[in-house]
Amino acid sequence: MSTSPGATAPAAEPAAEPTAGPAVGRWLRPGLHPRALLARPEVGALAAAVVIFLFFLLVAPSFRSFASFCTVLYQSSTIGIVAVGVGLLMIGGEFDLSAGVITTSAGLVNSMFCWYFGVNLWVGAVLSLGFCLLVGFLNGWLVMRTGIPSFLITLGTFFVLQGANLGVTKLVTGSVSSRDISAIDGFDSLRKVFASSFTVGPATVWITVLWWALFVGLAAWILQRARTGNWIYAVGGSADSARAVGVPVVRTKIGLFMAVSFLGWFVGMHLLYRFNTLQAGNGVGNEFLYIIAAVVGGTLLTGGFGNALGVAIGAFIFGMTSLGIVYAGWDPNWFKAFLGVMLLLAVLVNTYVKRLATSSTRFTPPPPEAPTRNPSPAGPPPAEPSPAGPSPAEPSPANPPSREPSSRGATARGKED
Amino acid sequence: MRPFLAAATVAVLSLAACSGGGRDASDADKSGGGGNAPGSSGYTIAFVTHETPGDTFWDKVRAGAEQAAKDEGVTLKYSNDPDAGKQAGLIQSAVDAKVNGIATTLVTPDALAGSVKAATTAGIPVVGLNAGIDQYQKLGALMYFGSDESLAGTSLGKRIAGEGAKHPLCVIHQTGSVSLEARCAGVRSAVPGTENLQVNGADDSAVTTTLQAKLAQDKSIDYVVTLGAPIALDAINAKQQASSAAKLVTFDLNQEMAKRIKDGQVEFAIDQQPYVQGYMAVTSLYLYLKNGNDIGGGRPVLTGPSFVDQSNIDKILPFTEKNTR
Repeated sequence: MSTSPGATAPAAEPAAEPTAGPAVGRWLRPGLHPRALLARPEVGALAAAVVIFLFFLLVAPSFRSFASFCTVLYQSSTIGIVAVGVGLLMIGGEFDLSAGVITTSAGLVNSMFCWYFGVNLWVGAVLSLGFCLLVGFLNGWLVMRTGIPSFLITLGTFFVLQGANLGVTKLVTGSVSSRDISAIDGFDSLRKVFASSFTVGPATVWITVLWWALFVGLAAWILQRARTGNWIYAVGGSADSARAVGVPVVRTKIGLFMAVSFLGWFVGMHLLYRFNTLQAGNGVGNEFLYIIAAVVGGTLLTGGFGNALGVAIGAFIFGMTSLGIVYAGWDPNWFKAFLGVMLLLAVLVNTYVKRLATSSTRFTPPPPEAPTRNPSPAGPPPAEPSPAGPSPAEPSPANPPSREPSSRGATARGKED
Repeated sequence: MRPFLAAATVAVLSLAACSGGGRDASDADKSGGGGNAPGSSGYTIAFVTHETPGDTFWDKVRAGAEQAAKDEGVTLKYSNDPDAGKQAGLIQSAVDAKVNGIATTLVTPDALAGSVKAATTAGIPVVGLNAGIDQYQKLGALMYFGSDESLAGTSLGKRIAGEGAKHPLCVIHQTGSVSLEARCAGVRSAVPGTENLQVNGADDSAVTTTLQAKLAQDKSIDYVVTLGAPIALDAINAKQQASSAAKLVTFDLNQEMAKRIKDGQVEFAIDQQPYVQGYMAVTSLYLYLKNGNDIGGGRPVLTGPSFVDQSNIDKILPFTEKNTR
């Protein structure tokens, strides 16, 4: 909602970033300074994406067509749509391991309910949406309520869903795959929404690519312009400080889990309406691809840092690599090995660019900032208390750990412009 | 809020007012009938497989085993784990539970040898099924029911070679699976131009795009050989996307696949009859315990390859609907 600087600044500033002055935030505004631009999370990923893209252009002749590019985009979009949510959630400091199987659950709920009762598929789609949102809510609520790490809570959800997918499917259909639903009412209209495609010249563009772009845009807008975006960075940077300044931590985190399940539902709908039947055991393993996409895209595993465009580029790198190997016609037995090397390289390039950016900006900003951004030498406490002073909003004053969220907060805040 | 709710309810109810294409209520659960009470023969048989949960193939193996147990009054204890070490543990726990017989897949003979030996030294008869045709005797298993993967691959290869195949693409949907590699090797032995491709079998859209990319990259591919029915369905999508003229043949059968064979989108399927594998493994143990029978006379009993194509699909289609083929 409100985007005026007056409203946004107090929410995030004391929360995640109490010591470093607003000067840093100004320095890191996008577009103001080339080095500041380099410190944005997606820049490393973008550099890696360009390198990988050029590499495959070079070695794989059939990679060079627009049609191939669209296939890569489609492959990226099925990973990328959920990865947007997973990325937001990781910025908010949590994980969701159930994101892979929930796509299958979503499709199965819709498919089996409508097949068994013979009702219009739209009813099942809405029911399935409700189911997924409930799962997301439960994930978030349990994490907030019990204080157990989301890694464990969602691992539990992952197993429950995986087992239920199999068990319920077998009970309802008598087999472990869902039945063909293409003859049930509502199929055609739902397919138009979730799984249609159109041709541009020789290439097929799937509608998921457009949806993906929309979700990325929406997430980017939320993160950079909406108050919710500040909340997400704040709860991921330091939930306690965020709570102390009045950020609705519980609501924000539960919302993030629900966003992930919503996007999982969306991809589940795509799979169902593209393939008509679903195998109950599918979807397992994709949760890691979403997390990989987010991490390659510059999202920190510890939360508080990252952005939507970076996650999208991360998903694109995955799609490009997995298909580029095929386009290059390499020995398929090495597929996973190539993939691993590519992903490692992507992360390395990413980290390198980021370090380049931060090490060079270290000398440019105003003096008090230099020690806080430099982890090991020179800058222990002496420099700390002088400029901004210990802020009243900061619960644990000026000891080394507080520096980590602060430098992240600075960059994150810089992006909110 | 209330008018909105009312409107939503009306909308849902009107949409819910019956729609074609769903379950045919009349066909629900007419199966069964007959059979003995479980345990009436006094035998308990453990059935251990390397099933990855949620695969239509294993569902049929299990359905066959359960039907046999029902027909013969045997108590069946089914368990599965794709991890070799855990499968060995499951066999061991069956030995500890002193079951009367063990039927198991021998997909990783070395890893399972120890617990199979523990079973035979404890005097529990073991039969192998589905995988391990070359090793079952060495491990001490009495009988074997399954398909010879290389033979199945070669049979498929010979048939498409006869149709003029030059450059088939063999799609492996599970990394490192010995039996899938053996099938592709069999195809290659008959058609030397065969090329392998790895795909992620747990993600239909990934299978489709990978295949689509491959078909776009290499236009000389004239046959696509998939090693599982669900993968073949993805291959149909990929072929359309890449506007490839390659013909599609597959291993294994399910209901969807049977329909695609009938309407000509798939040339033929090689069926190793998983239902028979499950049924025979239990039945052979039953006969061995009750009557001392030795089915196969010391040699493996092959359940395939059985060709399913347009010539016999009309007869087989109804069985796929009952999940027995």
